[in-house]
Amino acid sequence: MQGLPFQPEQASTIARSVDNLHFFITAVTLFFTFLIFSIIFYFMIKYRRRSPGERPKAIEGSLPLEILWTAIPTLIVAVIFVWGSSLYFQNAEPPAGAMEIFVTGKQWMWKVEHPEGQREINELHVPLGRPVKLTMTSEDIIHDFFVPAFRVKKDVLPGRYTSLWFQPTKLGTFHLFCAQYCGAFHAGMIGSVIVLEPDAYERWLAGGVQGESMEAAGQKIFQQSGCSTCHLGDGTGPAPSLLGVYGQPVRLTNGQTVTADDAYVRESILNPGAKIVQGYAPIMPSFQGQLTEEQINSLIAYIRLLGKEQAKPKEEGKK
Amino acid sequence: MRTRRKRGLAVTELETHAAHTGLAHQFQNLDQQQDADTLGIWVFLVTEIMFFGGVFAAYAIYRGFYFAAFEGGSHILDVRLGAFNTVALLGSSLTMALSVRSAQSGNRRALVLFLILTMILGGVFLGVKAYEYDQKFVEHVVPSLDWAPEGAVLARLAPGGLEHAELYFIFYFAMTGLHALHMIIGMGLLLWLVLRSRKGSFTPSYFAPVEVVGLYWHFVDIVWIFLFPLLYLIGGRY
Amino acid sequence: MSTATLEPRVYVQRNYLNADYGWRSWLFTLDHKRIALLYLVSVTFFFVIGGSFAVLMRIHLVEPQGALVQPETYNKLFTLHGIVMIFFFLIPSIPAVLGNFLVPLMIGARDLAFPRLNLLSWYIYMVGGMFTLYSAIAGGVDVGWTFYTPYSSTYSNTQVTAVAIGVFITGFSSILTGLNFIVTIHKMRAPGLTWFRMPLFLWAMYATSIIMVLGTPVLAITIFLLALEHLFHVGIFSPALGGDPLLFQHLFWFYSHPAVYIMILPAMGVVSEIIACFARKRIFGYKVVGFSSVAIAVLGFLVWGHHMFVTGQSVYAGLIFSFLSFMVAIPSAIKVFNWTSTLYKGSISYEAPMLYAMGFIGLFTMGGLTGLFLASLATDVHLNGTYFIVAHFHYIMVGGAVMGYLGGIHFWWPKISGRKYPNGWAALAAAIIFVGFNLTFFPQFLLGYLGMPRRYAFYPAEFQVLNVMSSAGATVLGVGYLIPLVYLIWSMRYGPIAESNPWGATGLEWQTPSPPPTENFAEIPVVTEEAYAYAEKKGAGGD
Repeated sequence: MQGLPFQPEQASTIARSVDNLHFFITAVTLFFTFLIFSIIFYFMIKYRRRSPGERPKAIEGSLPLEILWTAIPTLIVAVIFVWGSSLYFQNAEPPAGAMEIFVTGKQWMWKVEHPEGQREINELHVPLGRPVKLTMTSEDIIHDFFVPAFRVKKDVLPGRYTSLWFQPTKLGTFHLFCAQYCGAFHAGMIGSVIVLEPDAYERWLAGGVQGESMEAAGQKIFQQSGCSTCHLGDGTGPAPSLLGVYGQPVRLTNGQTVTADDAYVRESILNPGAKIVQGYAPIMPSFQGQLTEEQINSLIAYIRLLGKEQAKPKEEGKK
Repeated sequence: MRTRRKRGLAVTELETHAAHTGLAHQFQNLDQQQDADTLGIWVFLVTEIMFFGGVFAAYAIYRGFYFAAFEGGSHILDVRLGAFNTVALLGSSLTMALSVRSAQSGNRRALVLFLILTMILGGVFLGVKAYEYDQKFVEHVVPSLDWAPEGAVLARLAPGGLEHAELYFIFYFAMTGLHALHMIIGMGLLLWLVLRSRKGSFTPSYFAPVEVVGLYWHFVDIVWIFLFPLLYLIGGRY
Repeated sequence: MSTATLEPRVYVQRNYLNADYGWRSWLFTLDHKRIALLYLVSVTFFFVIGGSFAVLMRIHLVEPQGALVQPETYNKLFTLHGIVMIFFFLIPSIPAVLGNFLVPLMIGARDLAFPRLNLLSWYIYMVGGMFTLYSAIAGGVDVGWTFYTPYSSTYSNTQVTAVAIGVFITGFSSILTGLNFIVTIHKMRAPGLTWFRMPLFLWAMYATSIIMVLGTPVLAITIFLLALEHLFHVGIFSPALGGDPLLFQHLFWFYSHPAVYIMILPAMGVVSEIIACFARKRIFGYKVVGFSSVAIAVLGFLVWGHHMFVTGQSVYAGLIFSFLSFMVAIPSAIKVFNWTSTLYKGSISYEAPMLYAMGFIGLFTMGGLTGLFLASLATDVHLNGTYFIVAHFHYIMVGGAVMGYLGGIHFWWPKISGRKYPNGWAALAAAIIFVGFNLTFFPQFLLGYLGMPRRYAFYPAEFQVLNVMSSAGATVLGVGYLIPLVYLIWSMRYGPIAESNPWGATGLEWQTPSPPPTENFAEIPVVTEEAYAYAEKKGAGGD
């Protein structure tokens, strides 16, 4: 299906399957449009009024016909529903081993942080053939990260994380658009996703301004902000150890169990009183207003790292 | 009763007679008119349920998210005043029902008396409400306008998070404010009924306006029955 | 002076138009027919305003960098275009103009159940409109008609409060109209007019009224809370202040999705009436079509989440909303098949109303089918937030609802005004509108699939060709809309006088003179026939 003049490039692993569904629905649309148009056209001519006094016989209806044209559309939409939903489910979670990149949106730019510390504005360099997972948040209002060539899109919300993933299958530069109206320069909040050969990507990563990795930056913040004072690694401190915590279930004082995902970590930093781990007191201060989104992202990267450090055979918790 | 037609068309004799009995020109008979009026007020009350339902739903969601803060906020309110107001409003519903009964039985004096009693009880409710609102200013828990809780109030609100406590008070003012607005409108309607009753507009065969306002008043009461526990009685201190 | 030379252009009979004169007789009228005309003038006024914004937008978009205005101004244009068109044209149009005029006539009553509420409805609508116009003049609003938070509540410094008040107030106009129709249809049907003898237009008005009554209050409270947030800088929907922006979206779409059914169901009712008349046949599957209207109204309340598939909501929520969104498509499909079948072995004539009805079926079918792309989760991810959405809803709102409205105006014009209009011009206008519409909005499907997001004041150059096509179409469409304005106004003075039933249609409204007297019927009629009793009617057209 490539090469049609009216579609964007198919540059990701899911693009073709999404397009296939799109074309099926297009075919259904064209078929029924053509069917209705031609039947109406035919009837309009065949049954045009031939004399002013014509009195057509009344036809009440036909139950068999009603059933037929209820059942057939129902069947067709059922097919589309199942097809679309299963594709959506399949594409909902990234494959294992996805690169994790942080994206922060703000009026009117995209800020990207690679785990190795590389930062970009309005551009996202990725290697060909590897799955990439974006963890995204907004500094101000709702934006939306949209890469037409990859057929991916997700809203980017203030105060919480959303994520999307893709695996590029083509080299090149592809449009990145903000697809949720966000004020004056919404149309200007655009950029590029640049897909490089894996070794070209490594070279790109190594060159340019080399900052420290996000995990290293996160560790620094962890120490400088005093987190390490209470969150001792051996668990003897007044706060729980964070080793092996990320992605695992956590039991709270109110009896509930939650998963320690990005949202949980973020909330624990900004609103620690909301959820207290069982066996601990609500003494953690809030860091609301003291950390930027990038610093929080770095902390999350570091806490993800700590999460891998206990040798537990459990797989990474699915959200 | 004044006629429904403004000017221009001649009003037929039938219409004049109908106008005297309270029958509006678009209806065939008083029964149809009464039926329509009753259905009309019920449909209107359904819209009110949807209106309040929206803010109740938003409230319920935030209460789920921030229970501790909402509980703290609730403890700032004076339960005794809330309970007193609940009794007053329930009493006013009783007097309203009695006024409808008086209209039905043609007892004009009782009708006027019960309507006035309903207004008095409604006024008591609003007076207490005004006092409560004033207290919020004294305690500095009015979102945006005077939000600076201190002392014992601050101690109650801090554990749940101050900004979520502010959210509680936004809902407190929005919900009770909308309710109070509906009550004020109701008081206006009651006054109108009092004036019409004194003129003798209502008879046992025509008292639909009393019924209609009665239904409205009962609805406003029911909203309060939900508001009271939702806002005042959060948490297990009782 | 000899009477033989007197031209027959003077009304000799008393009717609702000449019953009284002077501005007071119009502004204080309780006659549903006059109130309908008050609405006709107002909605036309707002249509022209909203349409002007659209023309400016399309002119601006012929160039990738934007040809006409600053981005901030463009954002205000699309916001006010949406707000004015949806709340001040589409939602009132058929119910408040045609519904108000026809419901009592079709039911065999002298007026609606609550004439004073009806007049109040119009005043409320006008007050809301004034607030909105004020907001436009006093600097504009740039938050989109969807008002998403926290942009609208915390960040935008435009006239959000003023327009929120305007929309809030106008909502009550909708609620009161719906209430009036529900009570009228339940309690004031003429003797013999059972539910299943009612014209389908009344079924459509009834279903629409249910939505108006149940949905609009939720919008009211949502806008109220939004205005509170904007005015007092509190945090109901704004995360920085403790609130949840997605809660706003849920509350907003809970009304605004059913709202689209408020906009389309009345047009479907009009189409049923027109097709029955111009095919001279009872609508095929009358009961099914009637029930479909109610089914659409009910199901329409269950699908709002399909506007939020990419917000990061749970996949299971997405699944449920997707499924229900497919379900709501089925009754509409059923109606299209029933209308088409009505033409079978009919006796079809092609006056302007029928052309509009046919245009409706074609464009609504296309628009509805493109909804399948959006109900399907996997394709919606790609298409959400792009011009595909814009094209989809314009096919239904403009290709569907506006054509239905125009068809209805053309069908009942002789009854409303007592005059006929030149059919040649009307047919020409219908054709121009059809062509202009498709040229404007079909390219937008392609733009959306290619990835051009909506609400962009400037865009990458590769999208220019399709944008220019769309703008060219908009010019044609604008011309098409102006033509009826001209000949309909012309007809009020120079059009041939219309008889009671120029189309030979069934229905109680056609048994009154054109225009009807103020009291509609000298005596309340008694109904003995089924609706659309064309086969049994004696005589051909006319009285």
